[in-house]
Amino acid sequence: MHADPRCVLTGTHFINGDAACCEGALAAGARFAAGYPITPSTEIVERFAARAPKVGGLFIQMEDELASSIALQGMVWAGQKSFTVTSGPGYSLMMEHIGFAAITETPCVFVDVQRGGPSTGLPTLPAQGDMMQARFGSHGDYLTIALCPNSPQECFDLTIKAFNLAEKFRVPVMFMMDECVGHMTEKVVIPAADQIEVQPRRHASKPPSEFKLFEPGPDLVPEMAHAGEGYKVYVTGLTHDKRGYPLMNPQSQRELVTRLFDKIRRAADELTIIEAEGLDDADVVVVSYGITSRVAQRAIQMARDKGLKVGKLRLICVWPFPEKVIRDLAPKVKALVVPELNMGQVVLEVERCASGQCRVISVPHPGGTVHKPAEILAAIERGAR
Amino acid sequence: MSSVELHVHNPVEDLLRQDRIPTIWCPGCGIGTTVNSFAHALLGLGIDLKKTSIVSGIGCSGRVSGYMNLDSFHTTHGRAIPFATGLKLANPELNVIVYSGDGDLTSIGGNHLIHAARRNIDLMVVCVNNMIYAMTGGQAAATTPGTSMSTTTPYGAFEPELNMPQLVDAAGACFVARWTAFHVKQLERTMAKALNKKGFRFIEVLSPCPTYYQRKNNLGDALAAMVDYKKRSKIKNGCNTWETALLPGGDIIVGEFVDREREDYLTLMRRQLGSNYTEFPPQAEEEAERCCSEC
Repeated sequence: MHADPRCVLTGTHFINGDAACCEGALAAGARFAAGYPITPSTEIVERFAARAPKVGGLFIQMEDELASSIALQGMVWAGQKSFTVTSGPGYSLMMEHIGFAAITETPCVFVDVQRGGPSTGLPTLPAQGDMMQARFGSHGDYLTIALCPNSPQECFDLTIKAFNLAEKFRVPVMFMMDECVGHMTEKVVIPAADQIEVQPRRHASKPPSEFKLFEPGPDLVPEMAHAGEGYKVYVTGLTHDKRGYPLMNPQSQRELVTRLFDKIRRAADELTIIEAEGLDDADVVVVSYGITSRVAQRAIQMARDKGLKVGKLRLICVWPFPEKVIRDLAPKVKALVVPELNMGQVVLEVERCASGQCRVISVPHPGGTVHKPAEILAAIERGAR
Repeated sequence: MSSVELHVHNPVEDLLRQDRIPTIWCPGCGIGTTVNSFAHALLGLGIDLKKTSIVSGIGCSGRVSGYMNLDSFHTTHGRAIPFATGLKLANPELNVIVYSGDGDLTSIGGNHLIHAARRNIDLMVVCVNNMIYAMTGGQAAATTPGTSMSTTTPYGAFEPELNMPQLVDAAGACFVARWTAFHVKQLERTMAKALNKKGFRFIEVLSPCPTYYQRKNNLGDALAAMVDYKKRSKIKNGCNTWETALLPGGDIIVGEFVDREREDYLTLMRRQLGSNYTEFPPQAEEEAERCCSEC
């Protein structure tokens, strides 16, 4: 189905990434959000608090991030699309409820506008230090999806994508912005509502007497029923059977956790969302994501000006990691250069998938600002030797 | 001798998920007794059970939601109230009841309890107080009275105990009551009254825990607890909540302490927003995708 035109601010705008993310959420069908103020993410919910009531929704400022990350799931089980927005310290507090959303298969979006850490760190300055937290932050085993925009336009486009993927796979989707992308103001084109594809809730197609809340469909994703519809849903964070009833033994654990993995693993192709350029004859490929990809773009250009054969691989969907892309690429290149605004997180995945078939050069940065193009260029030159 | 149908239908059965019985609760536990009062209150009012959701946190009392044949949500430890808040705000037609324990609601979830009362979110909260963390094996709680023994206070507790009615009264709850598992009829009437009221309603129910609290403190079995509740309880409706502290061996002040009118969160929101709030019926396309006449 298409976006509801009443929620879409069609036109050309000059707004920052936070504002674009808010508009993306509205276009995707979210009319409810719960959050707690934290720099540099707050502008998203400030705008949402002004916009949502006009379209029958609301923003509730909860007492902390623990509360907002579970209140949003109450909103989803009431039949709405919902999200929360935070940054580093708040994201840490939300971890338990990312796990709850994973095991209860609650479709929702967690926006993390990354800032420097650990702890209070750099509240107003960028980093990409939460990437592994987005993958492994909550206890236990689960898979989720994480998207990394690199411009305000993508903050709009990919927020819609994040909601659509959340609904399709019934997972919490991590929307991994950073301070730069959040506060950067650029042109954002919001298309007409009928040009925006929106994934509706995968609602129960059977009547209550025949419906099982966690019975997987052909793609391993169960259909959903909401409170107040007569389905008498049973939703628990305990390991459960197809009815949702607690069933705690090794076999039910194996069935549930395996399915939570497989529903994402099976969709690896669909979830390989990358931007690639000049890979065919490249000696060196720069693998980057988020704001760092824009600095990398400059470094790549500088290297090409020096006559080096450099390719670009931008990870738009970082989790699940595009394993096949790296596995295919590694034997064909001399080196993969991985700049990121952390001390080396996603590079570990690149190394794992490259399996020693090429050099993998990490270009770490503790955050607070972005790389200098020359730092990435130096790594490219090292890789090309 | 031909077999005789001995089963007499209890109307409460319809409100329970029969396929989940027996419960995990120990013999003598009072949680089931409170559930019986709750079920009778629901049935007596004839409220729309299809529109009634029950939300719990973690712990023995956290299992209540899963035994009720309603929309059941068994959430994370301490977070039943914020989940219920989201549920209610996103669908104001729902009757949302939070049913959980003292450790869950007042300790790990204490902040949410305060703020839900302050906001006057339209929720009914039932807090079963067994004065101990029972699910995890008998550790001291914020509600453990006086110098009680527990597995984490092997030489006796020394932290002062929390007075729940006073806390939620101060935070702004519009209805506050306390009963014990002994007061089954009074509890049912109070629950019925609270179910009919709008705003943040809070009912504390003292429950025996023969397995942990009583055993650790040589207080006898469940029956002894009932005798103790009967002996020590003093009904004081309208009592100032600062006089309701539960002191070891002292009076157990029970009754309906607070019953005030206060506009709830959504009413206040609508008034404040005025013309900035727009009713928003769903798109026709979404309706068409529903499955059956019941949806």
